[in-house]
Amino acid sequence: MSTRYIYTFALIMTVLVALLLAGSKVVLEPIATKNEDIFNKRQILEAIAAPLEKAGRPVASLSDQEVLDIFQEQVEQEVVMADGSAVEGIQAIEVDMAKERKKPLEERQYPVYEVALDGKSFYIFSVRGTGLWDAIWGNIALEEDMNTVAGVSFDHAGETPGLGAEIKDNASWKAQFAGKKIYDGDKYVSVTVRKGGAVDQEHEVDGLSGATVTADGVTKMLYEGLKAYQPYMDDAATGATSMNLK
Amino acid sequence: MATTTEAKVAEKEPLFGKQERALMTDPLLDNNPITIQVLGVCSALAVTSLVYPSLVMAIAVVFVCAFSSLVTSLLRNTIPKAVRLIVQLVIIATLVTLVNETLKAVNYPVYKQLSVYIGLIITNCIVMGRLEAFAMANKPWRSFLDGIGNGLGYGLILVVVGFIRELFGKGSLFAGSPIAIKIIGPSPEYLIDTATAGQWGSFVFGWYANNNLMVMSVAAMFIIAVLIWIQRSRNPKLVDIS
Repeated sequence: MSTRYIYTFALIMTVLVALLLAGSKVVLEPIATKNEDIFNKRQILEAIAAPLEKAGRPVASLSDQEVLDIFQEQVEQEVVMADGSAVEGIQAIEVDMAKERKKPLEERQYPVYEVALDGKSFYIFSVRGTGLWDAIWGNIALEEDMNTVAGVSFDHAGETPGLGAEIKDNASWKAQFAGKKIYDGDKYVSVTVRKGGAVDQEHEVDGLSGATVTADGVTKMLYEGLKAYQPYMDDAATGATSMNLK
Repeated sequence: MATTTEAKVAEKEPLFGKQERALMTDPLLDNNPITIQVLGVCSALAVTSLVYPSLVMAIAVVFVCAFSSLVTSLLRNTIPKAVRLIVQLVIIATLVTLVNETLKAVNYPVYKQLSVYIGLIITNCIVMGRLEAFAMANKPWRSFLDGIGNGLGYGLILVVVGFIRELFGKGSLFAGSPIAIKIIGPSPEYLIDTATAGQWGSFVFGWYANNNLMVMSVAAMFIIAVLIWIQRSRNPKLVDIS
């Protein structure tokens, strides 16, 4: 076979394959994007899994459409800067925490989701950090007082299954976060994952055996992640108090 | 005239003759890609912690194996020998990309769970091994069956390993799928509740806890090793005497 034949063969094959793949991408991409959106929204709602279950709508049994409906009707999305000022013209769900983390602190944007449920408001904040092997991230839901944790959801890029990956898989461990306070009096302390078991029941949860580095990553992620929201929380809390006074 | 027609009929290969059936059944046991040829072990360790993703992975590999064999076999006389490996790789990569995009659109959570491993089917030695060893030298229908057989042989081991790992590691089966069932665990959601005091479940299974080792890849290594052991002790012909 001549060199010419080989080149022709390669050329025709490449063009055919390119057309096929481009066509499939055009058809499937919109569906995939929609799926990704639902997947992300579901993960955010998992942070308020406990209140949702109390309201008779457990996250696991929500259909895709119901997830979108909740976001449409009950969730208010905001984007804030580290100084607490609001950013206009962008939805919280569009903020890519991985990209934000690479920017200098004063340019970072942070998503806030305010969920109205049974007459109460919950605020969900997104955080991102580093575990043992790769990135970890999560959503923390606070109650209206901006102090009490209502629930958390975590995910990870590559923690060890059965050890570090428990931050995502272990529901009873995550359940411990509910009711913890991120303030000790006026002092911001966040929630700490304590190796060997929580000592301070108000601000600590039990560690995960065999996953010390991931657990420390969670502690650091929560401390730094929620700290960035402090100016926003202060504003919202004073706003809430002044509204109460009225 | 009549004799030539007869000859043609006799020459024509049956769709599911003895040989064709053997092409599909041999790779299931006596020539299994994982336990006998020891190919594709990496992904067998990585994706088998739950049954459902193992099943999806198995289907993906059957699809890629079957259709890459078919396409390669159809093109076998036109593929320039000098670039045949690259051509095979392009065929495999195209099919894998299609599977990846389809899974993303059909079942996003499972796509997330399998992460890079769908893409890594491209590097699965089983697929390219069958193209080079079989599809390049055989007719399309037989190559297609050979692809299905080898994909199924791989998938069978994947699902068996996934079944054992999920049952003993998580106490559930098919988690993440519509037919998820919880078998054994410490809450009333499970069929066998190890926590309820006073019930027979607690009396008999109170000591039971999920085995964390099963969740880790190491467990797959042990299970595959045991499968190889059982298979070879039942069939001494498979033992390599050298």
